[in-house]
Parts: sequence; structure tokens; C-alpha cells
Amino acid sequence: MPKDHGIGASSKRREDVRFLTGRGRYTDDINLYGQTYVHFLRSDVAHGRLNAVDTSAAEAMPGVIRIFTGKDFEGVGGLPCGWQVTDRHGQPMQEPPHPVLAQGKVRHVGDPIAAIVAETPAQARNAAEAIVLDIEELPAVIDMKQALSPDAPKVHDDLTSNLCYDWGFVEDNKGAVDEAFAKAAHVTTLELVNNRLAPNAMEPRVAVGDYNPGTDDSTLYTTSQNPHVIRLLMGAFVLGIPEHKLRVVAPDVGGGFGSKIFHYAEEAFCTFAAKQIKRPVKWTSSRSEAFISDAHGRDHVTKIELALDGDNNFMAIRTETYANMGAYLSTFAPSIPTWLHGTLMAGNYKTPLIYVNVKAVFTNTVPVDAYRGAGRPEATFQLERLVDKAARELGVDPVDLRRQNFITTFPYATPVAVEYDTGDYNATMDQLLTMIDRDGFDARAAKSKAEGKLRGLGINCYIEACGIAPSALVGQLGARAGLYESATVRVNATGGIVVMTGSHSHGQGHETSFAQVVADMIGVPEAQVEIVHGDTANTPMGMGTYGSRSIAVGGSAMVRATEKIINKAKKIAAHLMEASDSDIELKDGQFTVAGTDKSVAWGDVTLAAYVPHNYPLTELEPGLEETAFYDPNNFTYPAGAYACEVEVDPETGKVTLCSFAAADDFGNVINPMIVSGQVHGGIAQGVGQALLENVSYDENGQLLSASYMDYAMPRADDLPFYQVDHSCVTPCTHNPLGVKGCGEAGAIGSPPAIVNAVIDALHRGGMTHVGHINMPLTPARVWAAMQG
Amino acid sequence: MTQVTMTVNGKAVSGDVEGRTLLAEFLREKLRLTGTHIGCDTSQCGACVVHVDGQAIKSCTALAADLDGASVVTIEGMANPDGSLSVIQQAFQDHHGLQCGFCTPGMVMSAAALLKENPKPTETEVRAYLEGNICRCTGYHNIVKAILAASGQDVSAIAAE
Repeated sequence: MPKDHGIGASSKRREDVRFLTGRGRYTDDINLYGQTYVHFLRSDVAHGRLNAVDTSAAEAMPGVIRIFTGKDFEGVGGLPCGWQVTDRHGQPMQEPPHPVLAQGKVRHVGDPIAAIVAETPAQARNAAEAIVLDIEELPAVIDMKQALSPDAPKVHDDLTSNLCYDWGFVEDNKGAVDEAFAKAAHVTTLELVNNRLAPNAMEPRVAVGDYNPGTDDSTLYTTSQNPHVIRLLMGAFVLGIPEHKLRVVAPDVGGGFGSKIFHYAEEAFCTFAAKQIKRPVKWTSSRSEAFISDAHGRDHVTKIELALDGDNNFMAIRTETYANMGAYLSTFAPSIPTWLHGTLMAGNYKTPLIYVNVKAVFTNTVPVDAYRGAGRPEATFQLERLVDKAARELGVDPVDLRRQNFITTFPYATPVAVEYDTGDYNATMDQLLTMIDRDGFDARAAKSKAEGKLRGLGINCYIEACGIAPSALVGQLGARAGLYESATVRVNATGGIVVMTGSHSHGQGHETSFAQVVADMIGVPEAQVEIVHGDTANTPMGMGTYGSRSIAVGGSAMVRATEKIINKAKKIAAHLMEASDSDIELKDGQFTVAGTDKSVAWGDVTLAAYVPHNYPLTELEPGLEETAFYDPNNFTYPAGAYACEVEVDPETGKVTLCSFAAADDFGNVINPMIVSGQVHGGIAQGVGQALLENVSYDENGQLLSASYMDYAMPRADDLPFYQVDHSCVTPCTHNPLGVKGCGEAGAIGSPPAIVNAVIDALHRGGMTHVGHINMPLTPARVWAAMQG
Repeated sequence: MTQVTMTVNGKAVSGDVEGRTLLAEFLREKLRLTGTHIGCDTSQCGACVVHVDGQAIKSCTALAADLDGASVVTIEGMANPDGSLSVIQQAFQDHHGLQCGFCTPGMVMSAAALLKENPKPTETEVRAYLEGNICRCTGYHNIVKAILAASGQDVSAIAAE
């Protein structure tokens, strides 16, 4: 029987009731007394020298309160980068300044130049039209390889070139890797593009800055996945406001997918301007603005090679990747193509030698940073396309080639610096094969053929590193932050429990799943536990939600704090029952003395803690509130096997996704319903990347895909029902819940399945010349590939 | 400014609007009915779907000034009279048909319009009807399942959760 409450139960989400009745409170729903509105005038050229900004006519427009330009921010810090990568030669990356409003140059379409604060949004927009810009347009660099040519225009005049860093990993392995390739019986080579994506959380970004002149306190309401990180970055590096004078609130947030991790100029602007004009300042992004101001994702160009011995064992992998940083370094941008990508290049396989080279490049495009999966989809896509191609070249079954090279003993130290604690890749592959009826494929393919379609089956594996991260380790790797998580568990006098977590929920359902954990540990109804998140004023310093880290790191902090609560409560119970605290057991919310019929209820103990008339005051403080910070020992390593079937229309190249199956090992699962939902959403984003989505720039740096008219978001009729399974469980060995995280797996594992399936369909249709097609696999691209 | 009077969720309301004020803005800013969301500026995403005189429309495509005398229903008017979730809303919760909740009001309003037109839609019909509603979180699986369930159809054969 499935559980009906606590850990492992598909408890219905409590947050749904407010969202289903229109009572959510998103940042744009917040309006403050005396509020003003800001509109950003943004560059419409990709690269130019900003000679002058004449705001005089605009300042006289109705409703205009004040217009800010880069000059107003000369004494203010720029937007900081949170991760410093060291290059192959031991030198730090090139790190250009990133002003809040453009100073001297504009570097991408969308770069903010001026901010018009007015009484109404319409007045602010109208006044923007009256600002006169003197911009001397410069040649733009869009293509990464062209950006690295010696005569390329420089995005940042003060840097030596457009190369941010040239990273080698593991540099000491390079010679041995090259030797292995020289000795290989077979080498498979693949050149591919991991297409640039726009994250497109359905809620556009919003910021409301507020300032209280009476107390000198600033408050920012913002659409963030990590309000404490914004408070620290904005307070310490941009505006010089100490944390105790700055509150950041991220209320209900309508999706993030990474794009709401980063500290953006608009947040700093609203906070800054509110203090300047002594009135609240609100900015609401339009979708068109989001396309040119939210950080994009992916955008890698890669050559990858696999060396195999005569028995088809993997000997070595060698990669060279160009990674687009865009015009500025977004908050965690440098870490994505390096530490979140290079460290995953072993995948599920025991390849003894790996060398990864990444050249990060500045271009006149929107900054690129983490998007669902962040580095790991890029690694998985390369590797799983490569292994599939190798199997085809060698004439072996792609599943057999994978199985032959699977890592099967744990813990396993990869040659790319991470140690997988546990896993069972054969188990998830076995589970997948039970889900997809591989034996029936030929019959389905014959049916498709009879209907004039080519059917293909794509299978792949993935592994990811989640639960970022051991602070000491990431500190060595260049992170400028710790990556622990926090929780405060406050038990009230009458027994209700409030958990204040540093994690943030923007669709993941923490208010439900986190409550399940605490309710289970104490043995009280889930409804007795409330989860508070998203406000720096009432939650302990936390690092927020991304990288599938919330239950693995935030959940662990919550477990540790709850354990402290239980320990203290047992001492109180022991006092009340005149027993030794080592004899106290807690079950179903009752404390009992082992071997006796003595018991006190949870509520008796909580009341005693706050009304300590009969209480061990000499040994124990009153009250029942505990905080824990949890810093993990290792990453977690969710893994699995994915498969899909597609039909290709040979007349048009149109790909139809017929079925999709995912067998994941997430370790222990708190709420299976929520976990399945996370996988569904991830798969849809992966399908979007593989078949539909592409951020497209022309050679002048104009964004061609800047609205939903041009950027193909997956819609309900693009997708089938999915089969998902997470019954294969190898619990994480190093966190208290044995959990691994599930938020990104779908987006990581699905793109190679789809491309593998399309290539399979074409080969079965006799088009064996097609080695690879770059995503998105639009009808035009597939059709062109078919023509040879 | 033009004064408009409408019935919104059964209540008579009126307000002064500019000629350019969209229904979505009127609902959110003047009436403080912030359940209607704005997710794009090209009438593509469907987060702002409401019912006007019984028809589902994107409230970013209608001018408030044009709707004098109209009867409007928003997500705030969809629960049962006793405040409990309606059949469609309950199906969305039961089948995990929402995550971040931002597209949800539009999805529920579109689902209600679909089931009024077509009380027992097929999966294909549901997917086709939702063509104008974008969700980035759920991959649509559980939204489609919830709508089929709300129509009284057995969804137990549809894959897990």
C-alpha cells in the first residue's frame, strides 16, 4: 500500500489551493503606497560607443520623477560574478565590470542605458521615447570562433581579447589522454552545438524597491530563487548596504529554471532608486524585455572524441568546447561550462582518461548562465550522442555498449575529480527496458512505414551531480560563496511547528514535501507543520534553490534541526515523567518511557517548554526552537536511463514524438507525485530544446527570436503522455534522508534520447550518411540532413 | 478616461479607464483581482484567460473600455459558492496539474470553457484546445490528465501520478 502521509506519500500540495483560486501573491501583485514605476531604455544595437544620453526633453514629460543613467552609478559597484575560474595556465579568468546602467559602451541588444521613473508605467514608457541617444555603432561579435580571431572587435576594450578563460581539466591528464587516442583501436568523433535557450519561466521578472527613511532600511521584493544570495550580492558588492539594513523578499515565484538565481541590474536599480527618491520603485518585465534581459542558457559548440580498445572498452574521452558567456559575466556563468560540465564527462561509464578543454568567450549577446541542468545537459548530450554514434560505427547494440562500460562498483572516483557514492545503472536500464517494449519496436516501425513514416528508437543514460555542494570543495574551485543550507524549526507552545528554510520554492512544492518530512519525524499531522521561505527577515541565511539541491541540502538542514528539537523535547519529556532521557521514545507524537505505560503527548512537552512551571531549568533553557546549517560531504548523483520513439515524415522532415519513458534513481523519494511532476516538466523542456527552441541572433546581434511569435515554446499538442518511474533506489550514502534530487533530470536526460531516435529513424530509412543533426531538429534541418 | 461598468464574478463594478487600458490591467490594477496573470505581450501565453459573456478570451486582447456592460468571470470566481474548489480546480490539485501556479488561472479558465463546449473531450482534443496556454513547469501531462478527470473520464490508465 502506498503511504498516505509522511515521507513517501503523494500528499496533495497545500499551495495549490491558493494558486487555483487566484490567491497566490506574486511579486507583481505587490503594490506599495506611493509607488512609482520604472521603465528601462535598452540598447537596440548589439555593440556601440555610448557618446551621450540626452534626457532633457524626457525629464519635462508628464509624470516623470527622475531619469537615471550610467553617470548616476559611477560611485556604485557593478554586478558581481560569484565564481572565479582559473585557466589552464594558472591565471584567473578575465573579469570585466558589469555596470547597473551602461557606461561608455553598450554591449548587447537589451543592455540598459537609462531608467525612467514616473508616476505610471505608461508615463515612464512615453518619456523613454523622448530620450536622445548618441550611439556610435560598432561591429558586433556574435559567433564565438570569430570572436576569438585576433582582429575581432573587443566586447570589452580593457580586456586583452574576447577570451574569458581557456580551461583544461584535468590538465595533467592531457598527455595520457593523447597517448590513449594514439593507441586506440577505434575513435569516434562528433562535432555538435548545444543550442542557446531562453529559460522562459512563465512569470516575468519583477522588482519592487522600498526605502524607509525613518529607519534607513531598504526592502526589495523580487522574483528570486535565492533571496539571501541577492541580499548578499546586492548589499555587499553593488549598493554598500549591510545585510541588517536590507531585506529581500521573494514571495510566490512563478518558475525559475535557473534564470531567477542571478542578481540582475533591475533589482539593484529599484533598491537604489527607492532610496534616492524616497518612494517605492517597481519594475515589471514584459516578455519581450525578458528575452533580451534574462540570462540565457547552454550555447556550447563542441568537438568530442571517444577512444575505444579492440574489445569496445572506453579508453579515453577528449573534448574541446566553446562556451558563450554573452556580453558580461552573469552571477554563476563561469562555473557552468567548467565545474558543472567538465566534472560530468565520465557519465555512467568507467572511462579511465578524460581531458576537457573549455574556451569561454565574450560576445555581443545576452549573458548566458545556468538554465535547468546547467552544464550537465551539455555533458550528457555530448557523451550520449557520442556513445550512440560509436555503437553505430562499431555495429554493436547501443544498450550493450553502454552496459559493457557501466560503472558497477561504488564508491567510484572518476578521472574528472568527483566520487559517485552510489548508483545502479543496470537497474535503471533494466527498468527502462521493461517500460518500452523494445521487442515490439519492429512491429511499430512497420506500422509507421505503412503510413509513410520512419520510426526511430533512442535510448540513453545520464548522470548528474546535484545537491551543490561541499563549501570547502567549491571554494577551492573558485566559488565565492559557501553552498550549505539552513533551517530553523520553531515549535510553538501549543505544538504547531514552523520551519523556516533557506531553500526557496517556486513550483517545487516545498510547503508540502518539507512538511511531510518533519511531520513524519515527529509523528504529527502534516497540517501541523508550516513551511516559511522566501524572506530574509524571517529565515536563516540560506543559499536558495537550484541545482536540484533543496531536499538534499535544505532537507538535510531541516532534518538536523528537527533532530535537535526531538533531542531537547525528549529531555523535557523525561523530566515530566521523572525518567532518564535515554529511555524516552517518540512515536506518533507521543513520548513514552521504554518498557512502561508512562507517556506524555507532544503538546504536553511543547507547552512545558514555554510555560516552564515544571521544567529542568537548571539544565535546559525554556523554549523549543533550533537552527541547523548543513554543509554536504559530497554532491549527490541521480542517474537513469531514458528512451523515446519518434516518427519522421520523410516528405517534410517533421519529427513527431510518439512516446517517452524515463527510469530514474533519485535515491529515496519524499513525495512521488511531486517527483513525477518534476520529471514531466524537465522532459518537456528537453523536448523543447531538442525539437523546438532556439535563441537566434543575426550577424549584427539582433535577436530574431524575441517573442513567443518567434521562440517556439513547447505546447500541449507537441507532447505525449510520459511514462516515468523512480522505483530503482540506491539511497544517497551521505545525507540523512538518502535523497539525491530530481529537479533537473528530465531536462538533462531527454535531449539525447530524441536526437538518437531521429538518427535511428533516418538510418533505418536508409539514410546512413546522417551522423548528427544539430538541435533543434526542425523540419527544415532534418529534411536538409536527409538530402545529404 | 471613460467610465465602464461590468459584472465581474457576479458583482457590479465600475471604474475610469484610459482608452488603452486592457481588460487584464483593469482586473489587476483597478479591481485588485491579481489572479489573472500577464505572462507575455503578444497574446500567446494564455495566463490571462478569463470568460467574457461566457466566452474564454485572453484578457490582454480586450480593451476595458469596449466591455461596458459585459459579464466577466475570472479565476477568483471559479470556486464553488461555499468556497470549496470546483470540480476542475479539485482535479488540478488531485492530479498535480500545477507547479508554480502562474499559468494555472488561464489553464483553469480554458479548461472550463473547453468542458462547456465539449463535455467529454479526447486527449487530442484537450491538447489541441490548450494550444493557446503555455505552461513551462508541468510538461502538460498532469494538466491534460486533470482536465480528462474533471470531465468524468477514467484516467487511471494514464501513466503514474
